Amino acid sequence: MADLTMTTEDSTPAPLLPVRKSRLAAMRESDLAFSFRSHPSAIFAACLLALVALTALFAPWITPQDPYDLAALELWNAEIPPIWNVDGQWPYLLGTDTQGRDILSAILYGSRISLIIGFASVMVALAVGLSLGLVAGYFGGWIDNVIMRLGDVLLSMPFILIAILITAVATASLPTGLKDVLAAPILIFAIAVPSWVQYARTVRASAMVERKKEYVQAARLIRVRSWRIMLHHILPNCLTPILVAATLNFGLAILSEATLSFLGVGMPPDQPSLGTLIRIGNQYLFSGLWWIVVFPAVQLCLIVLSVNMIGDWLRDALNPKLR
Amino acid sequence: MLAFLIKRGANAVFVMLAVALLAFTIFRFFGDPVEMMVNEQATQEDRAELRERLGLNDGFVTQYTRFVTNAVQGDFGISYRNQQDVMVLIGERFPATFELVLVATVISLVVGIPLGVITAVHRNSRLANALQLGSIVGVSLPSFVVGIMLILAFSVSLGWLPAFGRGETVDIGWWSTGLLTPSGRAALVLPAISLSTFQITLVMRLVRAEMLEVLRTDYVKFARARGVPVGRVTWVHALRNCLMPVITLTGMQIGNLIAFALVTETVFQWPGMGLLFIQAVTFVDIPVMAAYLMLVSFIFVALNTVVDVTYAWVDPRLRDDAAKAGGANG
Repeated sequence: MADLTMTTEDSTPAPLLPVRKSRLAAMRESDLAFSFRSHPSAIFAACLLALVALTALFAPWITPQDPYDLAALELWNAEIPPIWNVDGQWPYLLGTDTQGRDILSAILYGSRISLIIGFASVMVALAVGLSLGLVAGYFGGWIDNVIMRLGDVLLSMPFILIAILITAVATASLPTGLKDVLAAPILIFAIAVPSWVQYARTVRASAMVERKKEYVQAARLIRVRSWRIMLHHILPNCLTPILVAATLNFGLAILSEATLSFLGVGMPPDQPSLGTLIRIGNQYLFSGLWWIVVFPAVQLCLIVLSVNMIGDWLRDALNPKLR
Repeated sequence: MLAFLIKRGANAVFVMLAVALLAFTIFRFFGDPVEMMVNEQATQEDRAELRERLGLNDGFVTQYTRFVTNAVQGDFGISYRNQQDVMVLIGERFPATFELVLVATVISLVVGIPLGVITAVHRNSRLANALQLGSIVGVSLPSFVVGIMLILAFSVSLGWLPAFGRGETVDIGWWSTGLLTPSGRAALVLPAISLSTFQITLVMRLVRAEMLEVLRTDYVKFARARGVPVGRVTWVHALRNCLMPVITLTGMQIGNLIAFALVTETVFQWPGMGLLFIQAVTFVDIPVMAAYLMLVSFIFVALNTVVDVTYAWVDPRLRDDAAKAGGANG
């Protein structure tokens, strides 16, 4: 239709080719961006998350001390309350713990670890889940059966239990020296194992529908490779639900990491995540040193809350039924 | 229906066998059971004799079969740590966890259902929006953080409620209950609230979604037209039709609550199965870990199967679909 009007109406010279918009401009004018601008909660959550991510990223340059450097800790700086308290001291904005460690510095370094582990475990789960789901849905047969049965078994055990078992078995079978070095990879693995199934099921369902359609048959006829069909033709069809699930799972992964570390099967005290900080602070609950536990807990809640708010908004914004 | 029942049952058995394989593998190959059981002075002959007696020299399949046979009879061996029968240990701790989960479930229904109805009926009002925001906050709060904050507020600052333990308990047969003594009930309050936060938001969101659907139906409009008071229409006519999914969710979530209770039990030092499990993890007490894994998975799988079968019984369409999909539930 557009071609027709262009060729007949010579009087108004229209550009033969539509002016190619820059990627950025296209993004700014998309429905998603519009929806984002009209949701104050989404904007708020995105700003909060950006703030947390940036302060975590630049932690070494903006914190008053390196909380891991034992030489920097001075015992006479221990147990200082937050700055607004009468006994508060500059530069310890949120006070110090029993070893003289600045709480704010510990929180920023801890957020770093929490965010990295959360992000990495979602990526690993995505990679595994998408490939297994594509293979299962596209090829079907026994390989589908094996993969999906494995998923059934994983889903028939509570998430947190699988994660605890994996970390427990891994840490207990490793030699002491390697335990702390590998703590983060073990956690990433432990959280990714029970969470890939959801992605696999979504993409499998989509692959089973798409592989019967004509365009896939046609692609097969002209001998397009299987992996190419899967990646370029089938996968893009189910990216929307995957994106929403991945965002919500990012929040869940950070929560799981914090829970494992709190239970004592996660990050060790010398490289603490937010969960480890809360675990340490929990010991001083009855001694009046509330700031050691409360501030890391608040930071953890803020991170998960902002991720969940973005996830909720994405789910609604990408749902065609709600448009 | 019979075919579906058999298929679903077989699926459940298969899953349990796989879980058992996992538990057995951990038990058998993760550390040497003999080294864990004997004391330092045991001679080489003692160890060889114990190894033979435990059947650790048999083939993998024989040992696995024996493990499953014993597990079905509730025999998970002896705890490495305190030399007691594992099933006895878990049996002692089970009532504490069960009461905690039960009370948390009741709280989640009593609080979650009205909140869900209110947010659905007064949609877009300020109250409903605030509650909606509150539900996102509720999902985002880690349960151990909720627990710690409750302890800080109600035990440390106000001193109203105990922060740990189970209070006084009364034995009824083998079941020890904390529900009958004032101190037992006081000790239950904070753990139950902290365990139920997540569940409250889940119930609330489900009730809201269901109510929004139901309120649009004709029979609700007709009831209004007939002159039935708004309150009665909402809370009796409409709500009744939302309860089936809520019951299903509650049933299926019980397994998750039992598993998640281990976090709450750690925070409040609540003497339940979860605390036993976490201690077993720290002391590498494999028989206890294996037994807990099997038990929780069994409850999980059993509840899921019952729910699936009930649904298929109520709704015949599901039988064929589910049979075709291989009984996969999700």
